[in-house]
Amino acid sequence: MLSSDSDILNEAETWRRAGREVALATVVETWGSAPRPVGSHLVIDGEGNFLGSVSGGCVEGDVITEAMDVIGDGKPRMLEFGVADETAWRAGLSCGGRIRVYVEKVA
Amino acid sequence: MDLSLLSALNAERAARRAAILVTDIASGAARLVREADVAADPLADELAERFRTGKSGAIELDGQSLFLTVQMPPVRLVAIGAVHISQALAPMAKGLDLDVTVVDPRTAFATPERFPDVPVLAEWPSDALPRLGGLDRYTAVACLTHDPKIDDPALEAALRAECFYIGALGSRRTHAKRVERLQAAGFEVADIARIHAPIGLDIGAVSPAEIAVSVLAELVSELRRDRRRTP
Repeated sequence: MLSSDSDILNEAETWRRAGREVALATVVETWGSAPRPVGSHLVIDGEGNFLGSVSGGCVEGDVITEAMDVIGDGKPRMLEFGVADETAWRAGLSCGGRIRVYVEKVA
Repeated sequence: MDLSLLSALNAERAARRAAILVTDIASGAARLVREADVAADPLADELAERFRTGKSGAIELDGQSLFLTVQMPPVRLVAIGAVHISQALAPMAKGLDLDVTVVDPRTAFATPERFPDVPVLAEWPSDALPRLGGLDRYTAVACLTHDPKIDDPALEAALRAECFYIGALGSRRTHAKRVERLQAAGFEVADIARIHAPIGLDIGAVSPAEIAVSVLAELVSELRRDRRRTP
């Protein structure tokens, strides 16, 4: 309920109105000890600048990379992150939780 | 999400109204539901519960995956009294993302020099609170002047508006007299009991900064009541 996630939505609007390409990532589900609650946002622009947090730093890099594709083709994507796995190519959550992150373009 | 929809959501927040964004995960299509329109919505029951709890979340409906982004108004703190405790309280409350305003009709106290970080209104609460758009459920009120002429009208307004946190500085004896005045003004004992007095969690606070910590801890414990391990 604290305002910071809403401030991020204000920022997303400001960025888009300034002509920047913008994607919005939202935590839509968590299991176990997830670092950020459902509804947390990360806003990303076409150059990889970002504001906010969906995991406290563990998977932001991957979300930003995926956001570039979302900005490119305009299609929303659902990303899932679980426990860090050295054999997986993807980043993980060292806390042992799992999260699903929805990434969409602000058009 | 369309920019127009994002703008509409942000406008609701700026107007201190709760709203829910309903997004179809598969297609990305989304719509905005204002709290005033919830009864007529096909998802009325689900949305009403979300407005009550303030929690965002995913739901399944007729094979459709929906995500509900619940946006409650920003949490506000009105400190009555531009006193020493408020000087410690204001920057700490800003650090908690609270929207802080200090109100005190005593112009010697209510100066921007003493409160560089937050808006200060050198007015009586009866003038200042309407100017702030009135109090609401998402507002906390901390009365810190020790002066009934200033604190009482703010307490009465806070009780009427069902502010989620109401605190008042003063000893138990001071508070007992305050309870008598509020009863004489027509408030029920059960309502008056919503005032936290003496203000702040009992952490043995001494300095203004310590008292500010105890007040903010008590405020957060009301804000996050449903997450507390003890009721």
